[in-house]
Amino acid sequence: MGSLLTYFESLCGKKREKEEERYIHANNRPLNLPYQYADNAIRTSKYNVFSFLPLNLFEQFQRLANAYFLVLLILQLIPEISSLSWFTTVVPLLLVLTMTAVKDASDDINRHRSDKQVNNRRVDVLIDGELRSEKWMNVQVGDVIKLENNQFVTADLLLLTSSEPLNLVYIETAELDGETNLKVKQALTVTGDIGDSIPGLGSFKGEVRCEPPNNRLDKFKGTLTVNGQTYALDNDKVLLRGCTLRNTEWCFGLVVFGGPDTKLMQNSGKTVFKRTSIDGLMNVLVLCIFGFLAVMCSILAVGNAIWEVREGSVFIAFLPRPNGVNAGFSAFLTFWSYVIILNTVVPISLYVSVEIIRLGNSFYIDWDRKMYYPKSDTPAQARTTTLNEELGQIKYIFSDKTGTLTQNIMTFNKCSINGKSYGEVVDFTGQRVEITDKTQTVDFTWNELADPKFVFHDPSLVELVREGDLAAQHFFRLLALCHTVMPEEKTEGELYYQAQSPDEGALVTAARNFGFVFRSRTPESIRIMEMGQEVTYDLLAVLDFNNVRKRMSVIVRSPKGKLILFCKGADTIVYERLHPSCLKLKDTTTSHLNEYAGDGLRTLALAYKDLDDDYMEDWRRRHHEANIAMDGKEERLDELYEEIEKDLMLLGATAVEDKLQDGVPQTIEQLAKADIKIWVLTGDKQETAENIGYACNMLREDMTEVFIVAANTAEGVREELEKARRTMCPEAPDKPVVVEARAGLFWRQKTRKVEDEAVNGEYALVINGHSLAYALEKDLELELLRTACMCQTVICCRVTPLQKAQVVELVKHYKQAVTLAIGDGANDVSMIKAAHIGVGISGQEGMQAVLSSDYSFAQFRYLQRLLLVHGRWSYLRMCKFLRYFFYKNFTFTFVHFWYAFFCGFSAQTVYDEWFITLYNLVYTALPVLGMSLFDQDVNDRWSSQHPQLYSPGQLNLYFSKKAFVRCMMHSCYSSLILFFIPWAAMYDTVRDDGKDIVDYQSFALLAQTCLLIAVTIQLSLDTHYWTAVNQFFVWGSLSAYFAITFTMYSNGMFLIFTSTFPFIGTARNSLNQPNVWLTILLTSILCALPVVAYRFTLIQLWPTINDKVRHKVRKEALPAPAPRRPPVRRISTRRSGYAFSHAQGYGELVTSGRFLLRRPQKIRTALLFPQSDSPLSQGQPQLYRPITALNRVPEEEQPAQQS
Amino acid sequence: MGKEAAKTGPLAHRPDNSAFMQQRLPAWSPMLTTSTVLPFMYCMAVLCLVVGVSLLITVQGTQEMKLDYTEAGTCNNCFQSLKNVSNAGKSCSCRVVFTLEHEFKGDVFFYYGLQNFHQNLRKYMDSRDDAQMVGRKQNLKNPSSYCEPYIRDEKDVPIAPCGAVANSMFNDSFALQYQGQPGDPINTVPLYRKGIAWYTDENVKFRNPHKNKSQTLAQVFEGTTSPPYWQKPVYLLDPLDATNNGFINEDLIVWMREAAFPNFKKLYGVLVRTQEPFTNGLPAGNYSIDIVYNFPVQYFKGRKQVVLSTVTWFGGQNRFLPIAYLVTSGLVFIIAIFLTVIWWKFGKDAKNMNE
Repeated sequence: MGSLLTYFESLCGKKREKEEERYIHANNRPLNLPYQYADNAIRTSKYNVFSFLPLNLFEQFQRLANAYFLVLLILQLIPEISSLSWFTTVVPLLLVLTMTAVKDASDDINRHRSDKQVNNRRVDVLIDGELRSEKWMNVQVGDVIKLENNQFVTADLLLLTSSEPLNLVYIETAELDGETNLKVKQALTVTGDIGDSIPGLGSFKGEVRCEPPNNRLDKFKGTLTVNGQTYALDNDKVLLRGCTLRNTEWCFGLVVFGGPDTKLMQNSGKTVFKRTSIDGLMNVLVLCIFGFLAVMCSILAVGNAIWEVREGSVFIAFLPRPNGVNAGFSAFLTFWSYVIILNTVVPISLYVSVEIIRLGNSFYIDWDRKMYYPKSDTPAQARTTTLNEELGQIKYIFSDKTGTLTQNIMTFNKCSINGKSYGEVVDFTGQRVEITDKTQTVDFTWNELADPKFVFHDPSLVELVREGDLAAQHFFRLLALCHTVMPEEKTEGELYYQAQSPDEGALVTAARNFGFVFRSRTPESIRIMEMGQEVTYDLLAVLDFNNVRKRMSVIVRSPKGKLILFCKGADTIVYERLHPSCLKLKDTTTSHLNEYAGDGLRTLALAYKDLDDDYMEDWRRRHHEANIAMDGKEERLDELYEEIEKDLMLLGATAVEDKLQDGVPQTIEQLAKADIKIWVLTGDKQETAENIGYACNMLREDMTEVFIVAANTAEGVREELEKARRTMCPEAPDKPVVVEARAGLFWRQKTRKVEDEAVNGEYALVINGHSLAYALEKDLELELLRTACMCQTVICCRVTPLQKAQVVELVKHYKQAVTLAIGDGANDVSMIKAAHIGVGISGQEGMQAVLSSDYSFAQFRYLQRLLLVHGRWSYLRMCKFLRYFFYKNFTFTFVHFWYAFFCGFSAQTVYDEWFITLYNLVYTALPVLGMSLFDQDVNDRWSSQHPQLYSPGQLNLYFSKKAFVRCMMHSCYSSLILFFIPWAAMYDTVRDDGKDIVDYQSFALLAQTCLLIAVTIQLSLDTHYWTAVNQFFVWGSLSAYFAITFTMYSNGMFLIFTSTFPFIGTARNSLNQPNVWLTILLTSILCALPVVAYRFTLIQLWPTINDKVRHKVRKEALPAPAPRRPPVRRISTRRSGYAFSHAQGYGELVTSGRFLLRRPQKIRTALLFPQSDSPLSQGQPQLYRPITALNRVPEEEQPAQQS
Repeated sequence: MGKEAAKTGPLAHRPDNSAFMQQRLPAWSPMLTTSTVLPFMYCMAVLCLVVGVSLLITVQGTQEMKLDYTEAGTCNNCFQSLKNVSNAGKSCSCRVVFTLEHEFKGDVFFYYGLQNFHQNLRKYMDSRDDAQMVGRKQNLKNPSSYCEPYIRDEKDVPIAPCGAVANSMFNDSFALQYQGQPGDPINTVPLYRKGIAWYTDENVKFRNPHKNKSQTLAQVFEGTTSPPYWQKPVYLLDPLDATNNGFINEDLIVWMREAAFPNFKKLYGVLVRTQEPFTNGLPAGNYSIDIVYNFPVQYFKGRKQVVLSTVTWFGGQNRFLPIAYLVTSGLVFIIAIFLTVIWWKFGKDAKNMNE
């Protein structure tokens, strides 16, 4: 097949030889031409005007159902076989094909439109030594193009030169990987020196050799040869299509990959198509039904053979057989005829209806006001419309922490200065007062440079600072000096901080509001406003933060010439380096720290140290030597840092609140009640994660035990996991119980399931990234899974994006349970894609998570409504729909089966052909759709009130193979009633005027009316929620049936379409007969009776949770709104994590000597970080966009590399 | 949706607060509670009982007599002679006698019945051309291909009416005589042979091809031939009534309304109650039927009957529905009692309902 394809492709000349290496001449189109590199035009559309019909039809017929109906249609065209007129299949098939085609066409038109828009964007291209504005699609590989600030990058470019010092450019990669923080790229000096000289660029004759097009966003390999010199190229020098240029006036780049070859395009279009478990089950069932159909047809074919031999052979006097047909051949033909007649067991409208129901339920999610977040104007969005019912079956939730459970907004909340704690509001009796929205905030208007969004409640601190308390001033001076924040002052007094972590931004902002305003920095100095006076400190050294040091220091020289070292860091670390004289202060501060930690705040200890000049001189010399040392640079620097950061004087501590999103603890509690297990997978440190765990009620003090797995070897991890398991469930066997089964289409899919094990008590498991790396290996993963699944709460910290996906896969694979992953950042994408359902939190950290998610909304707490209300209803509706749909079609079909025994197995239908055509499309379509779009057993408030209502979905109770078999038995019973009662009532009777009524046409009408009324009654019994629409659909469909029937059986229709509507007069002549109506009544009673009795008995004897709640609903009015509990304040000795970013600091760049090479020539007035960028800007605290350099591996990913 | 897109402002994307979009449509949520189900059950039981009893009484008032004449009386000879294929075209007459024990009061209907004749085979049923029978000139000479294998005869002359259904038309004829007591004068029982088909069939579905005033029916059917099994052409089916010929012949129309099951009866005539002694219906006594025995049933192990029956508003004598209603009534009653017991023992205080 593959070779065939390539053959065709080579025939069409589409596919070039596979590129081994790319070789590009800059500024030389003729030389690049022979390589036939793709130009920069893109095409994401699938069809054009001419190819639409054939291609689209071809695609549609690849679907099993459509293909099946095509085969049926072909069968019907064979006169020997055709037992039904062609229109019975053509009408539904055409309807389905048209609907799908229209949808595909409109999608494709949109793609065409966006392609066109993108291709026609303009960019400046350097052609023949001058800049010309060209369309994007005309840009070719090897061209040099000029980009300006805020422009999209046109193609994958090799950065040549930029307006910024050091040839840096800043780019935003939100469209590419979803991260909104700016990244830095740097051009080679050899090209950077050209500057913006057009002649210089025009005569640039570099040659690039690089890798062929690929989809790795973080790797690039190649060389640039200029004037005989070869330079290595890496990812740092490449701008990728899809990025946006920021903070950079202009830059020039050489096009390396164009259009379809760009990494953006190479990365797109590979979304995994998710299917729900009901889909899977439905496929299996449809397969079973095919088998069943074959069995029925075979039985009837054999019956036909027997009949032909015994009766038909003598009936040939009246109905001669066609030439060459004997009993055996006739049976063969009959088989196919019955395949046509009984095809209604797998009706095409099933698939259409399922799609419509899912679409409808998706719209409800989009429309839900209770999932709309007014602050960011974000409604919930169902991005995938095919997964709704799966939302009602979730068993495991995997949640990210930052931005998902928390707001990713840090606020400076409390501090301890010189042994006194600030930040609490105390009433006149000295009691702590709960801080609410109404609490009086501190007035900062005395400070012109204060950030108006900063909120603080304790007025005593401001007074202290303004009184000139030295310790307090030193405290804030430290906060204003010791950081790596970049300031941005667009207009005088309007300051914006670019912090690499929100914590740091919060601290600097706090200092700013308390009168120590960080104004600007150069590599060698920091300018701050100290209580209104401008002071410039010389910056001597930045002892940067990293994960081992867990602290950061700066050494500055004040204008008065004093040398000071300011240090902030994790309390444990700073405490080790304190001067003995601070012992007493240390104790009080420790108690404050414990208090803060108990409130779930992130803390830092602050300290300083005065240095003397001589020592500093010496240290700086050694520092310089270490810096330029070829080997052991890191160790030597660490030693130096260690040496100077000792005998510190404690200043106090800060407490920053990592704000939880609203309603997170309540949501988690409700979800836990619904028997959903929540695992938190976070890149954060263990302490932070634990803290959040406590803050959002996942970890509680009253839990039996919280296991912490933090071993560094595989053996250690195994031991700790086993120990935890033994503690929880001592009697469990050592080997996990793995149930192997087969499922899926043709039973080809092997499933392995680890059974749940019961435990007494509530446990929690916290596992860190190192241990997780070991635990996820083949031999330990089952142990991890068993232990983790015994726990109520699982928190994995320091996990990489890959590990997140692995954990999800593990549970998916061995638990056969439906999983949901929720996250907001690019690091959650892998897990969102891996889980059955991915949910993205929109409006926070870029769009990547949302783009790859199936559902998105703005707040974690909406998850409760999504699952407990929408998910549950969708599942309920889908299952009801399927049960009813199979019921009505099986009943319909089985009647034909019984009739076969009376019509010599001749494939005669019981019903009128038109009834067969319209049964699924018109007569029964709307009522069942109405039920599956509107039904709700109890309303949303009760659903949220009783999370237990969710469990039937998790256990697959409403629709399974068992339920399907029950459905079939029920249909079988109904069809027996619906055939034999009319038969017995009619076979020997006449009309009240003695004329015929047992003729075929009257019987067909009677049978179809009985059937329709019986299935409508069944639908009414199934419907729990009768809206006006339901009433309209049910009564409307019944009326439509009678109206259409009378119309089709009317004189006019017969006289116009004589052979199409031969049932003339049947309705008039038989529906005026009392015995016909008495027969209909009897069949209806007999069909409904057992159902009513059975359901009533069940409700009385074994009421389900639904019955109980519904019973309660009938007795009570609306449920009382859930009481709003005040957040629980924990008294805990648990020390919190320290408030520091995940990533290494920006110190190196800040102090980089290279800054001196070229100073900014002019002060730019352009908006650097337009605030309108952020949808959150309104009414929200300042959001800090971190700046990270690309070449630094984010710390989160380190464990994966170590493992 | 278009309206939404036009909105601007801070809440531009807020969904509308309509009951439909928020799934708060007012609705009626019925539940299978004791107070609805049990009374409903008892009512159903009573309803079925009432219907069953009244139907039973009605049905008891009808009278019916069935007589299988396939091999009865002298017809046995005809039956035997028809077994010989060479006698197929020959007419054979015979007579069967029977006695009515009780008087048949009211309108009496005379049916012929066939058993094991599969008018409901798919191929058989399709083998007709409604367009021809409704008098379309074009279809008269060019019958539809559905009529296979009776579209044209060997000489390629189109058959009218075409198709297997018409070809196999029942062609026995009956004459009923009444003799009150042996020795009494023999009265021919007058049978009205028109008005036996549905009004719509007679007036809409079956029409003769249009003819000029000057044309006779035979001229209209010129260029066609009668179905091979027929002894008379279609325009001569009723020798007595010229208006009952052609496609509108009522026996043909009755036959063309195919039966749903292999055992069926079709109306042959209705008793004319204008003259004594038949003004009240059929008196009790001895009867004989003179039969022109043409229709062969021996091939397919079929039987032929004549049926005499009176009707009520409920149709003929069919005891199934009354009995079925009575049985259902009993069944519903038993279930109702069962449910009551369950409710009494388990569900009364709704203790199952409390979590």
